[in-house]
Amino acid sequence: MSLLDVNHLDVRFALRGGDVRALRDVCFSLDRGERLGIVGESGAGKSVAAFSLLNLIAKPGYIAGGSIRFDGQELTTLSDRALRKVRGHRMSMIFQDPMMTLNPVLTIGEQMVECLKAHRRISTREARGISLNKLQQVQIPSPEARLDQYPHELSGGMRQRVIIAIALLLDPDIIIADEPTTALDVTIQAEIMALLLELCEKHNVGLILITHDLGVVSQVTQRMLVMYAGRVIEQGPTREIINDPQHPYTQGLINALPQMATPGSRLNQIPGSMPSLSNLPSGCAFHPRCSFVERADGSRRQACHDQVPEFVTSGNCQAACHMVAEMIESERIPAEEQD
Amino acid sequence: MTTLTTRPASRWERFRDSFLLYSFKRDLIAQLSLLVFILLVAAAVLAPWLAPMNPYDLAQIDILASELPPFWVDGSDPTYLMGTDAQGRDLLSTILYGARVSLIIGFGAVALQATLGICFGLLAGYLGGRVDAFLMRLADIQLSFSTLMVAIVVGALFKAIFGGGTFSDYAVPLLVLIIGLAEWPQYARTVRASVLAEKGKEYVDAARVMGLPSRRIMFRHILPNTLSPIFVISTVQVANAIISEAALSFLGLGMPETQPSLGSLIKSGFDYLQSGSWWITLIPGLVLVVLVLVINLLGDWLRDVLNPRLYKG
Repeated sequence: MSLLDVNHLDVRFALRGGDVRALRDVCFSLDRGERLGIVGESGAGKSVAAFSLLNLIAKPGYIAGGSIRFDGQELTTLSDRALRKVRGHRMSMIFQDPMMTLNPVLTIGEQMVECLKAHRRISTREARGISLNKLQQVQIPSPEARLDQYPHELSGGMRQRVIIAIALLLDPDIIIADEPTTALDVTIQAEIMALLLELCEKHNVGLILITHDLGVVSQVTQRMLVMYAGRVIEQGPTREIINDPQHPYTQGLINALPQMATPGSRLNQIPGSMPSLSNLPSGCAFHPRCSFVERADGSRRQACHDQVPEFVTSGNCQAACHMVAEMIESERIPAEEQD
Repeated sequence: MTTLTTRPASRWERFRDSFLLYSFKRDLIAQLSLLVFILLVAAAVLAPWLAPMNPYDLAQIDILASELPPFWVDGSDPTYLMGTDAQGRDLLSTILYGARVSLIIGFGAVALQATLGICFGLLAGYLGGRVDAFLMRLADIQLSFSTLMVAIVVGALFKAIFGGGTFSDYAVPLLVLIIGLAEWPQYARTVRASVLAEKGKEYVDAARVMGLPSRRIMFRHILPNTLSPIFVISTVQVANAIISEAALSFLGLGMPETQPSLGSLIKSGFDYLQSGSWWITLIPGLVLVVLVLVINLLGDWLRDVLNPRLYKG
């Protein structure tokens, strides 16, 4: 059994016009020390998925169904007090914007000591020792001085290092990183990602990396999920998905990378934009933007309009797509020729 | 990367380099106000040592020396610099003691208002939902009674139930309680508004992700970030509380004449205004005006400094 098992997770937001389903039927698992990437457009539900793991979705959101099993514990039904022991201690989180994540009126040291003291019975002196040690691990220049500095005295990259140090403070089993490098400039991004990767490997910490940067996902993670409109539409080993995407949406995403365009021509893009979660198209949520709704012979695949696609396994990957299902089906008939 | 040899700045160094001190040094009105305020407070606190006589000590009062004018008017007695009141108390001493009572009530009431208002405002803003609705409706109800009305009713009830003697013994804490209870919604509303703004920021999410309990997040993470508006309204509220106390005393519902505050001094002199003893009312009145004015000027300056929209805009 894996360290973290998410099954059929269903998250809704109770809005005035009725419930909006932000996550539908999300399933994935994470082993100890494994690194998982979650990619998708803005609004696909990546951050909601991260917050729901810690049962921290802000009202009016709530977990409507499914289970999150972490190390044998069911998190969706855990009391608030018991959840607090998991948060920060067993699972910690790194946010997008290092400018906003640290409290502007407390020194770095005060924030780190506070976090330690909330979970362990230790003296301030010991807590400062541990904090200093973690700051050294994230290779911040002159760590002793940082303890007594306020966040505004540090640069963005240094702040993100401090945040990583705080995330590592209690030696968690899983770190959830919600777009940890989007707010940083490109050179710092690479440094921070390399640091995060190194620390996760060294301490055997599981990482859930949420991002829309496919490059980062391919460098850092072993497995990945692609999300669209609140659903997981493809999952599998990162390398296989990047090299041979099955779902038309994943193909579109990878095609949209600047590297994939011929120099001088316009970048490839997926036509249209993601549907509103309160008004999803019938059948496959992607079908209005999908160029494979029509088969090669010109006939329309009706299932794309009517039925929500189930996961089909193709190699080591799984994709939720009628077209892929049809292809696999046809491959079973030996008469079909392979590309 | 170059090694930094920065030593963390001490509190004093931080204060020395702060914008607060910088703007204070450039603002003459703020400096004068602070000077006058400190002088008044020092004089009030040191009243037992500074005052020529003790107005609470009946043995020192000479009824024959009543209604003597201040030193620059004909017929004055040089022992009584600012003249005497109708009972022969030295007006200077009485003002010093009176200012002390006024300041104690002003600061005490504001401390109570702030404690109640900050707690309720934090709870309402952070927890939201029903707690918020309940506390804010409570605040609305409280605000719909004027401070004076609440004070008159409570004061009158207290006097009726326990008698005037007990009332004089407990006048100071009672006034602190009345003015404190009447004005807490000012704080609660300001704090709640700031909490709502802070609550959406990522550092609050980060604190929750760290697994900190709500109480700690409220008091240690959110509260310090809402302090600037609290400071600003505190100055205004101190001035308001002193005025409220003076008004109540003037109406005869505040400090008794035996332990005069500035307000009750003004009132006691009011009866003699027609007979020409203007100083009993005018001098304490001036002290009250100056005290409230400097507090308000300091508050204005503080608001200008702490409100980023005013100086960065």
